[in-house]
Amino acid sequence: MINFAQVGNDLYTGKRSIDFIKRQKTWYALSAVLIALALVGIFVKGLNFGIEFSGGSEFRVQGVTNSQGYEEKAQAAISKSGIEGNVISTIVGQDTVRVQSEAASDRTDEASAALAQQFGVDKSAVSASLIGPSWGQSVSQQAIRGLIVFLILVTIVMALYFRTWKMAVSGLVALLHDLVITVGIYALFGFEITPSSMIGFLTILGYSLYDTVVVFDKVRENTAEAFRTKRMTYSAAANLAVNQTLVRSINTTVVALLPIAAVLFVGFTLLGPGTLLDLSLALFIGIAVGAYSSIFIATPLLVDLRRNEPAVRELAKYVERHGAKPHVAGQQGSPEPAVVGADATGAASGTAAVSSVPSEGGARPVHKYAQPGPRNQPKRAPKSRR
Amino acid sequence: MARSSTKKSARRSLLALIVVILGLSALAAGLTKWGDGSLTPRLGLDLEGGTELVLQPQLTGTETISEGQVNRAVDIIRQRIDANGVSEAEITTQGGRSIVVSIPGQPTAEQLDALKKPSQLRFRAVYVQALDPNASQANPGATPSGTATGTATPSGTATGTGTPTATGTATPSTSSTAQNGAVPDALRAATTPATPTGSATTPAAGATTPAPAATTPAPAPTAAQTEAAIKAQASTGLVGLGWDKAKADAAAAKVAKDYTALNCSKAGAIDAIADDPALPLATCGEDRVTKYVLGPSEIDGSEIADATSGYQPGPNGQPTSIVEVALSFKDAGKAKFAAVTKRLYGLQSQPPLDQFAVVLDKAVITAPQARAVITDGRASITGSFTIDSAKQLAEQLKFGALPISFALQTQDNITPQLGKEQLRIGLLAGLIGLLLVVIYSLIQYRALGFVTVASLVVASVITYLAVTVLGTTHGFRLTMAGVTGLIVAIGVTADSFIVYFERIRDEVRDGRPLVAAVETGWKRARRTIIAADAVNFIAAGVLYFLASSNVRGFAFTLGLTTLIDLLVVMLFTHPMVQLLARTEFFGNGHKWSGLDPQRLGAKESVRYRGRGQFGAPGAQRPPATVGSARIADGKAQA
Repeated sequence: MINFAQVGNDLYTGKRSIDFIKRQKTWYALSAVLIALALVGIFVKGLNFGIEFSGGSEFRVQGVTNSQGYEEKAQAAISKSGIEGNVISTIVGQDTVRVQSEAASDRTDEASAALAQQFGVDKSAVSASLIGPSWGQSVSQQAIRGLIVFLILVTIVMALYFRTWKMAVSGLVALLHDLVITVGIYALFGFEITPSSMIGFLTILGYSLYDTVVVFDKVRENTAEAFRTKRMTYSAAANLAVNQTLVRSINTTVVALLPIAAVLFVGFTLLGPGTLLDLSLALFIGIAVGAYSSIFIATPLLVDLRRNEPAVRELAKYVERHGAKPHVAGQQGSPEPAVVGADATGAASGTAAVSSVPSEGGARPVHKYAQPGPRNQPKRAPKSRR
Repeated sequence: MARSSTKKSARRSLLALIVVILGLSALAAGLTKWGDGSLTPRLGLDLEGGTELVLQPQLTGTETISEGQVNRAVDIIRQRIDANGVSEAEITTQGGRSIVVSIPGQPTAEQLDALKKPSQLRFRAVYVQALDPNASQANPGATPSGTATGTATPSGTATGTGTPTATGTATPSTSSTAQNGAVPDALRAATTPATPTGSATTPAAGATTPAPAATTPAPAPTAAQTEAAIKAQASTGLVGLGWDKAKADAAAAKVAKDYTALNCSKAGAIDAIADDPALPLATCGEDRVTKYVLGPSEIDGSEIADATSGYQPGPNGQPTSIVEVALSFKDAGKAKFAAVTKRLYGLQSQPPLDQFAVVLDKAVITAPQARAVITDGRASITGSFTIDSAKQLAEQLKFGALPISFALQTQDNITPQLGKEQLRIGLLAGLIGLLLVVIYSLIQYRALGFVTVASLVVASVITYLAVTVLGTTHGFRLTMAGVTGLIVAIGVTADSFIVYFERIRDEVRDGRPLVAAVETGWKRARRTIIAADAVNFIAAGVLYFLASSNVRGFAFTLGLTTLIDLLVVMLFTHPMVQLLARTEFFGNGHKWSGLDPQRLGAKESVRYRGRGQFGAPGAQRPPATVGSARIADGKAQA
């Protein structure tokens, strides 16, 4: 087990830092490749839609003791009951045969009986579902409508929460990125898309957004501090924010993925395709991609969007002129670790100290003379005015 | 003082949580004891076994379907299923168009057809009407007390607004109400216009039978005699329609036989009846208590132009307190209706021959008497309606004007075995997932991980109770998708604890003593948690309204657990951490507490220790923290 606490400390103080922002081109390129692959998968290979979309019948024969030649048996039973077309049969779990055929409509009963007879089980062990052809259309319509409504709502929420369209746009791009890659993975691996996986895709959007919200929260906090103290550039502050939330991001992602992984494993080995597996597969892929995008795509994109704002440029110029403080990015061998710590935490806790002291109640306020650090030194007029 | 108030508020929060849990448990227990609740969540069809059908109303031509008609369609399907004798069917609409029917077991092809077929509304003359002796024996409470209350209003004046009055009797049995919950009592009263009952078995010739009570057609003629009497009456009726005598006799004999054999209280009785519009029909009332022999269909439901309900306008146009159903016919129907009412009006002295029955899907929904010759095709049915029952009858009549059949969209049949298997596997997956999360959080947060575990346990308990209670009160059923949602929610719930703990750690790294770190950390984490939960909740809400029925459970449980997560974080996790931060183990930053400042690389800063002393940044850190914590404790106790 990696000592996350230690890594976390270093990331928090900036002693150890991963350069998320400066290497944004690498991440963009990586994502571009992934998206290109996904699009190839979607448009060239095509998506594998389940029978819910095209219409058809699915039977599950449980308790099959002798699964030898199950394909022929299934085919025989289905054609005997007067249903035309191809029959796809698979074995799921230990003793269940899944048979998919053209829509059985009125013949569902006969087909169940024939299957039960062929496999030598009681008729009560055969489950059947029938999906009419027009059902799939309404399901797809519903999903698309859901997606649109969802994206609109999400944009509104983001714009309200962050009060800047640039953050909302970055978050949205990250969302679409996740969605495209997830669907692309489905296309490339030929996973079946069912209404359940559709719901999974929509849920991913919520999840991805949630991750982005947490990271952006910290970005906003740090950059506000940066504008106030003029100690580091906007991108450095944002980078520090990503680093500071990295441990949390990893932890939450792992914790979210663990139960889903359990579902995937159990569902795959014991149950076979169904609501459980479809939902969890979509969620598993989506959450993993979502964690990646909120760190590697959303924040760098935000920085790039804001790079040319006058205030941000001015800040960058100012910091350049006055020399960036040493904690910014990759200063492991920093000669003065103490200063490093002080600066980084100063940036992070400055607002907190200001805002929380009165309301905190419990903590005794530290006398201002007792506080160390350059912040409380008598201010010297800036060089330009001397 | 400040500290002690924090402590107090923490305790208050925990107390509130206990109250919530106890309240939910009491509710669940109470519903089980005094209601029809249970102590386990209600399971959906895919976990319990059963069949789910999605039906879509099909219209002919360019007609569009309104919401009222969909609701009507739901009632019709419910009626059909009740007639099949299937209990516990659940029928809901979805997306304003589709109708979702959930029934235990597997329907046969015939039953499915019966569900799907278009509904047929027909007007037939009544030849014989009587309480079904079987029904009244089955339901001893079914004595029709009270007498006809309907008022006969003036007849076909120049305006032509005649009033065929449905004479209502008091409500029949309670048990039949249970069987047919869709139709309120009052309507049934209107549908059983049991003209003083004995007369039903009386031959038309008017042989004077001393009207016996409905429950005891006792001294009455033998079955054979009754059958013969019915045959005679039906035959007379048919001849009255201009039928050939021999043909009428044959049809009458058959219908009389059907009638005698008919047992309305039996499930599926109505279904078994063959409905030929050209022939007389022996059938039951919608309440399945009254039996009828009806003539051939004279007017089709499609002739109805409109049906409305409301208070009958008085002579001056002001509304009276009489509730009526106003019925108007299209042009072709007008003439037919005029002919029918004219003929029936002439038979006014021989009840029930002056009644015409409105038959919807073979069941008589109302059988008013013709009290006037109605030539303008605008009839008004009055009787012991309430405004609601009148509205329902009007809807039924209107529905008849628009024959709707249903197309089967999906049919999902799950055997109980498969359901049980799925539930078992779902629970297993959930357990494994929970275990993995517990292990991970113990490794990551050491002792603090136990707070996560306890919080998850509390959240599970609340979720279980909530799902159970909702199952009883709102008919929420836990499906496979719902179970998946619950498992996924483990991660979402644990997420918020992580956000919180990481924030506390950040504050500790900044050099705050734990007690203060918990407070500031909470203030910042709370914001994030609320925002994140809001996003999740919106997502769940949108999914719920857009999802098709089989995955709705997922959205529902996701939304529910998001709310529960918020509740648990506020009322359990945070107060717990607040209290724990004041213990030696956590407050001193024990190595295994997960909040060890040294391990977290806390920044050392000068700290006022009280009594004019400062802790220097370079000095040993633990004493400083302990010092301040102790002072705090001392103050709290003082």
